[in-house]
Amino acid sequence: MFFDPVILWTDALIYLFVTMVLIGVGYVRRHPHLLASWERVGHSASGMASLTVLLFFLLIGLLDTVHFRPALEQTHSNGEINYSADVLSVLDVLVTPLRLQVEKTYSAPLATHLYAKETIELPDGQQTRSFARLLYGGAHLKNPETEHTADIVTRAIRGAAYGLAIWCIFLVALTTTLSYRNQLSFKQTFTRIWQRTTEIPWYAILMTLLILSLLVGSVSALIGYYHVLGTDKVGQDVLYQSLKSIRVALVIGTLTTLIMLPFALLLGIMAGYFRGWIDDVIQYLYTTLNSIPSVLLIAAAVLMMQVYIETHPEIFDTTAARADLRLLFLCIILGITSWTGLCRLLRGEAMKLRELEYIQAAHAFGVSHWRIITRHILPNVMHLVLIATVMDFSSLVLAEAVLSYVGVGVDPSMISFGTMINAARLEMAREPMVWWALLSAFIFMLALVLSANLFADAVQHALDPRTRTLKQRHVKHRSEKNHLLATSKIDNQAKSTNSL
Amino acid sequence: MNALVEINQLRTVLHTGAEPIRAVDGLSLKINPGETFALLGESGCGKSMTALSIMRLLPDAGEIVSGHVDINGTDLLRLPELAMRTIRGKRISMIFQEPMLSLNPVMTIAEQIAEVLKQHLQLSDQAIQNRIVELLEQVGIPDAERRMHEYPFQFSGGMKQRAMIAMALAGEPELLIADEPTTALDVTIQAQVLDLLRQLQHRKQMAILLITHDLGVVAEMAQQVGVMYAGEIVESAAREDFFNQPRHPYSQQLFASLPEKNKRNQALAVIHGTVPSLAQTFTGCRFANRCPKVMSLCHQTIPQWHLVKENHQVRCHLYDDSIQRTANAETAIVTHSDNAEKEQKILPNVTDSPLLQVTDLQVHFPIRKGLFKRTVGHVRAVDGVSLQISAGKTLALVGESGCGKTTIGKSILQLIPPTSGGVRFKNQELTKLNRSQLHKIRAQFQIIFQDPYSSLNPRMRIREILQEGMNALRVNDQSDTHLEQETDALLQRVGLPVEVKWRFPHEFSGGQRQRIAIARALAVNPELLVCDEPTSALDVSVQAQILNLLKSLQDHLGIAFLFITHNIAVVEYLADEVAVMYLGRIVERGLVDEIMETPKHPYTQALLSSVPRIKPEREQHIIRLQGDLPSPAAPPSGCHFHPRCPKAMPICRESYPTSNAFSNTHTTHCFLYSQESLS
Repeated sequence: MFFDPVILWTDALIYLFVTMVLIGVGYVRRHPHLLASWERVGHSASGMASLTVLLFFLLIGLLDTVHFRPALEQTHSNGEINYSADVLSVLDVLVTPLRLQVEKTYSAPLATHLYAKETIELPDGQQTRSFARLLYGGAHLKNPETEHTADIVTRAIRGAAYGLAIWCIFLVALTTTLSYRNQLSFKQTFTRIWQRTTEIPWYAILMTLLILSLLVGSVSALIGYYHVLGTDKVGQDVLYQSLKSIRVALVIGTLTTLIMLPFALLLGIMAGYFRGWIDDVIQYLYTTLNSIPSVLLIAAAVLMMQVYIETHPEIFDTTAARADLRLLFLCIILGITSWTGLCRLLRGEAMKLRELEYIQAAHAFGVSHWRIITRHILPNVMHLVLIATVMDFSSLVLAEAVLSYVGVGVDPSMISFGTMINAARLEMAREPMVWWALLSAFIFMLALVLSANLFADAVQHALDPRTRTLKQRHVKHRSEKNHLLATSKIDNQAKSTNSL
Repeated sequence: MNALVEINQLRTVLHTGAEPIRAVDGLSLKINPGETFALLGESGCGKSMTALSIMRLLPDAGEIVSGHVDINGTDLLRLPELAMRTIRGKRISMIFQEPMLSLNPVMTIAEQIAEVLKQHLQLSDQAIQNRIVELLEQVGIPDAERRMHEYPFQFSGGMKQRAMIAMALAGEPELLIADEPTTALDVTIQAQVLDLLRQLQHRKQMAILLITHDLGVVAEMAQQVGVMYAGEIVESAAREDFFNQPRHPYSQQLFASLPEKNKRNQALAVIHGTVPSLAQTFTGCRFANRCPKVMSLCHQTIPQWHLVKENHQVRCHLYDDSIQRTANAETAIVTHSDNAEKEQKILPNVTDSPLLQVTDLQVHFPIRKGLFKRTVGHVRAVDGVSLQISAGKTLALVGESGCGKTTIGKSILQLIPPTSGGVRFKNQELTKLNRSQLHKIRAQFQIIFQDPYSSLNPRMRIREILQEGMNALRVNDQSDTHLEQETDALLQRVGLPVEVKWRFPHEFSGGQRQRIAIARALAVNPELLVCDEPTSALDVSVQAQILNLLKSLQDHLGIAFLFITHNIAVVEYLADEVAVMYLGRIVERGLVDEIMETPKHPYTQALLSSVPRIKPEREQHIIRLQGDLPSPAAPPSGCHFHPRCPKAMPICRESYPTSNAFSNTHTTHCFLYSQESLS
């Protein structure tokens, strides 16, 4: 065996999460009316474009989740293979040059020289202060001043051309599959895609993919020769750090949400629905929890965890396992402290809904409380849950940054957007300023959170039966619009009177 | 007389979709000073859009395409927006339907009126204060000087609408647009507000454009009537002409679909179909598809105005003298629709014991205050109500909003636990049952709600909505095919096609939703149906459909109804017995004829006289009640009604009157009659 597979705690949870999503997909596929709702997500151009970006991030995150320990070259005398103490992921292997090409200290994006002057010993023994050449960035250039720009441009263009080629192959494959499925000729399908008349907005997806593949193509052509996003204080590639941070962000975003959701949903709806002493207890619970400064609570919990880890070193065979357990614990403690906001929101909504007449009608039928909660209240608060969790996603990633700053965030050995931002914070005060670390973290986080937001918007829009048909009918039955306008107007009126 | 307001060929479109919707399509009207012009029509006909077009307050998607709106010679549509601001509130004012939503809750009444005054009149602060007091006194707000500094939540519904009117009058407008000004109010309050509007109009010679769907309000208020249908006026006449002889088939149908006493044993006329989409271009009469007297011509040519009498014109081919007509336009329209088939009424098996017997039911809600939520008082929503319903009969529970009607309905179904008293259903005491015992007999009594928009879960398909009750109560054997058949049968019974079960509630109109709600209640074969104002949110023609449906259900299935309503016309049409409620207690009950012909209690008399009548059959004195319903948290001592009663006596303040019987069925609680019996 060349490697020893390692499954960390968060890996296991991610696999579990992926399995659950796949089971959910299978369930939806077997139920036509659910499938019809979800298919409408596929009809939203912005939703599908953001899904493409999101899937790209998810792919990186998943690649980074498959962990293993590579075999070391020297073996034991008794034939046992020794495995490295470093836990690597598939992503690490794929971007090996990024991981290993470490410079001495800061260098700007695509630079050939270090960012700061240092004393260099010349071959003749003299010393001079100047910008030293990088060990890897542009090392192949003989005369960086003259060749630098041209080299970058040619390499980038060549890479982009590869990207374009792959995109073209995908386009052809897609068109062929579609024409086979719809019993159309290749050309017909092709024109339909470009005239944007397909049900699924393939045009938007293809355009997003084109941008992605051009970017990925040119960047991957450059990474062996340059540091595309520069290097940090210890000379580590910033692009590598950004890629590694994606998994941590996704883990914190999803696992925390998964831990927090049952609390928020169950307690919030119960409080609003049952009222009485249940409401009082839940309210006191979350008011108390809310009034404890959450940083304090998290710091205490994380420090306890840290002490435990340090006193039981025998449990962890690698540093990665330690860092991972700390990350998991961070997710749990963040989840426990952050359910209060959504819980309060859901309590209010459930209080409004329980007075609605369809719930009263369900009571008149003697429908059980559990069924009323799951069939009547839960679906009608899902839009709030969806929006709140996506909004939380970004704030959780930021919370991680804040906690890392206080020193109670992820393990210092783990790369995350939080640690990146923290490190960059000091560099911002430098003259000349080191801006690239912060900018990279910013761009990656922006892309991730924005695409998650847009996708959640599309999902919410498609799953709400009211907005859904409005849109659908606009296209299909233009004549009925007026009637709908009238009903939607009354709907709004009814809503506004209800909210009173 | 020179017209004050002249609207000429007004066209307003809404750009909400791919094709513009012609919300107002070539509307022309004239209003003289001191005159009330009533714009009458069902919802979705463009009435409110007309009002907003005049004010130039259309939503962003709206656009006035062409036309003139002249007020005393100024064409409003040609004014710049800046000049419009000096017109709004000064020369034209508007009152909206919902007084709760049109006042700002964080500003006092005085501040809100002062805003208008500062905008339009140059007055000193003291003058503004004086003017506010004057205005509030004018609209009949007692103790105006003190109350002007109160916030809207301290005002009752009727008072808020008065404050709205005071605000609208602040700039002394020439034209007042009243958009359904009394729809959200109770009849007694409605009578007060309508009275007030009439007085003010008389004093100020103000023109009023009254937008309403209520024929009764039109009959009381208007001098001129315009019937609006699908964006245009189809009939325009003076009030007397219109009510004596409506000419357009649509107007005639509207009258025919009104529930009335003398239509009791027949189904109401129904206008089939819905208002057509206004996005299309019409090639014929807009009403053709729903018209009972449609001719082939109607589909081909757009009808022009035809003068049938001086000042009475109709947009209908029937009155075109140049066209040879086969039908005589003057014949009364068909009063019976297709489901008016006269069938032998299935007599429910009359037993001695009533189906439902409520004795001395009380529902009190505690008022809690302070840190430890101590109970400091009770809202006596229902305070000792007794009533009974026999199988297959309808008992109407009448009263103003806030008197506890709905609470009774819900506590009979045990949706709200009663504080004390008994609810006996078929010899079973419901209040004594626990949740699982109650569950077993829940199928026998069900409820229909007022608002068809909030009574169906928007995220469930019709099929699931209908099957929920069947599943929960296991009324049938549980095989899936049987369940589906049952669902289909239910939909057919309430007159909906079977395919709709795959759709979501928001795809249906209000009337259709109400049918679904009825089907849902019927799914478990109830014997008693509590109908909580099932038609008050619906248009007249749709109301007729629902009433027909309820009536035929009673005839065929022998279901008893507890019909909670404030609509007296519906009561006359549908009820067998009537109970009149005031502040948590029943003040009078009896057979429908007894109550309607010889009301005994002063409140019943006032309530009946406040109902706007289309035809003033009886020249009766309208009893105007002063003030509002007192709070049920602190009911007046003695007879609850005495502060508003025109015939109050000293004894009324001291104790609550006992029951007086006039016949086996007719009883009332009033000292007027106990004295009679004494003497």
